[in-house]
Amino acid sequence: MQYKSQAVAKLYFIAAIGLFAGQILFGLTLGLQYVIGDFLFPAIPFNVARMVHTNLLIVWLLFGFMGGAYYMIPEEAETELASPKLALAMFWIFLVAGAATVLGYLLVPYATLAEMTGNNLLETMGREFLEQPLPTKLGIVVVALAFLFNITLTVLKGKKTAISIVLLIGLWGLAVFFLFSFYNPVNIVIDKFFWWWTVHLWVEGVWELILGSFLAFVLIKTTGVDREVIEKWLYVIVTLTLITGIIGTGHHYYWIGTPEYWQWWGSIFSALEPIPFFAMTVFAFTMVNRRRREHPNKAAVLWALGTGVMAFLGAGVWGFLHTLAPVNYYTHGTQITAAHGHMAFYGAYAMVVLMMISYAMPIMRGRAANSNKSQVLEMWSFWLMTVAIVFITLFLTAAGILQVWLQRVSDTPLSFMDAQEKIALFYWMREWSGVVFLIGLVIYIISFFVGGKEEKAA
Amino acid sequence: MSGAFTKSMARNIFYGGTVFFFLLFLALSFDTHSQLPKRDHRADITPQVAEGKKLWEVNNCIGCHTLMGEGAYFAPELGNVYKRRGPDFIKAWIASQPTGTPGRRQMPNFHFTDAQLDAIVAFLKHVDSINDANWPPNDQG
Repeated sequence: MQYKSQAVAKLYFIAAIGLFAGQILFGLTLGLQYVIGDFLFPAIPFNVARMVHTNLLIVWLLFGFMGGAYYMIPEEAETELASPKLALAMFWIFLVAGAATVLGYLLVPYATLAEMTGNNLLETMGREFLEQPLPTKLGIVVVALAFLFNITLTVLKGKKTAISIVLLIGLWGLAVFFLFSFYNPVNIVIDKFFWWWTVHLWVEGVWELILGSFLAFVLIKTTGVDREVIEKWLYVIVTLTLITGIIGTGHHYYWIGTPEYWQWWGSIFSALEPIPFFAMTVFAFTMVNRRRREHPNKAAVLWALGTGVMAFLGAGVWGFLHTLAPVNYYTHGTQITAAHGHMAFYGAYAMVVLMMISYAMPIMRGRAANSNKSQVLEMWSFWLMTVAIVFITLFLTAAGILQVWLQRVSDTPLSFMDAQEKIALFYWMREWSGVVFLIGLVIYIISFFVGGKEEKAA
Repeated sequence: MSGAFTKSMARNIFYGGTVFFFLLFLALSFDTHSQLPKRDHRADITPQVAEGKKLWEVNNCIGCHTLMGEGAYFAPELGNVYKRRGPDFIKAWIASQPTGTPGRRQMPNFHFTDAQLDAIVAFLKHVDSINDANWPPNDQG
């Protein structure tokens, strides 16, 4: 580790992995509720478990992004972090706020939680992914601002590399677009319209800048390819991301009361959204092929290649599958959407955070790379989780195609619940794939505790 | 990538392209908002509809259902439920939950008053009236 203050990232990464495990346990609960409808009812109704599942995902990724930035920025800027103390304080505030929010979801009926936390002052709750009580939302803003202040100051006092600048734009964008979560007009169409300014412009916009920046950083470190080349690629990729992804928001404006012309804008631009992901895949493979050194951390390189491929498949291919308006007319709001969501989030964001952790954690623990034994376990976990998510996605896609057929295309359409019963087999198969994912995750966690002969720090 | 294409060129295209497409997005959004009053029937948003929307939110209905296709995919689409089931069925259904049928997906009982049930129905009726380009494909949602 070149700078002492990079070490604050360690706590963020540990929290991220812990919350990730929580997310998966609730995911398995949800999967079971799909087939055993009254499982854990009324203690944990589906909507509560889902809120915990998706919110934990968002929060662990945010922990990962912040940890990744705290690790990477001092090295890029070639200076210590502006304030490691602020970073530590924010860690605990964010962790406590996150834990309190999840406990609130689990222990109190949601309407009571809304009542208790001042939702009547400013009604922001009860919208998908933005279910957090007002104090939590405000807490996210405070933590995000303190974090941005900290890393922006670090970059300003040090070297300003393209990788840092792209990361900063991504992170500032994340904070700015989150502000739309406070805007909840009584008109549902306008509500939905701007809800996407947080949700879409995050995951199909500024988050991709964070992804690209982290990937570029790890590729420089592990391949030794010239920075000029890598940063040029990065600019090209993020250009493609934003010129397709911003207007690509239109693919959410087909059926929510917005004008029909969005069917054209949304279809054309979002059909191009796979291109930056494909470029990312080519980028990762090309850089690894042109490597000028053999980095001892093979697991980190595997995650880097993996995130390129899986982001392209999940976000690119599975996104394209249902993004054209005439197709989306039938698939909108079905298991096809769920299939895409799972592989896209895993491939693009879960994997890039795991890549950062894989690269940075051994260095923060005083070695260039983990022992061979530990890396072999980590690579097993990579394959188990990745193959499991592929099967989760395939089974959900199969379920979705049948659902569309039975409920929407057929001359004698079935009701929602009748269609659900007919496709239960695929939900069972998805659940078993989820069990494999959990096994992969357990192996992943074990890999941190396996010793053996470690590569000395460079 | 050839040597003629430099990093600073890539950077300039990034900034220029992003600004251009963001401004285009703003222009489209502005146009959309000028067209919305014809489509969202905002004159019909009474205090009762607003109350219904709030009840929809604070009970996290979106955590199981979809509304105009957005939400969770665990329970039926409700954007067109007003047409599919009618107001009396909706109220009776909500009030009779949970069904308690073993193994079947369960909806909690939210202990709504009659006035609250009417507000929810008013909200769902308004959502159903929005011109959403003829989605969903049929009454089943």
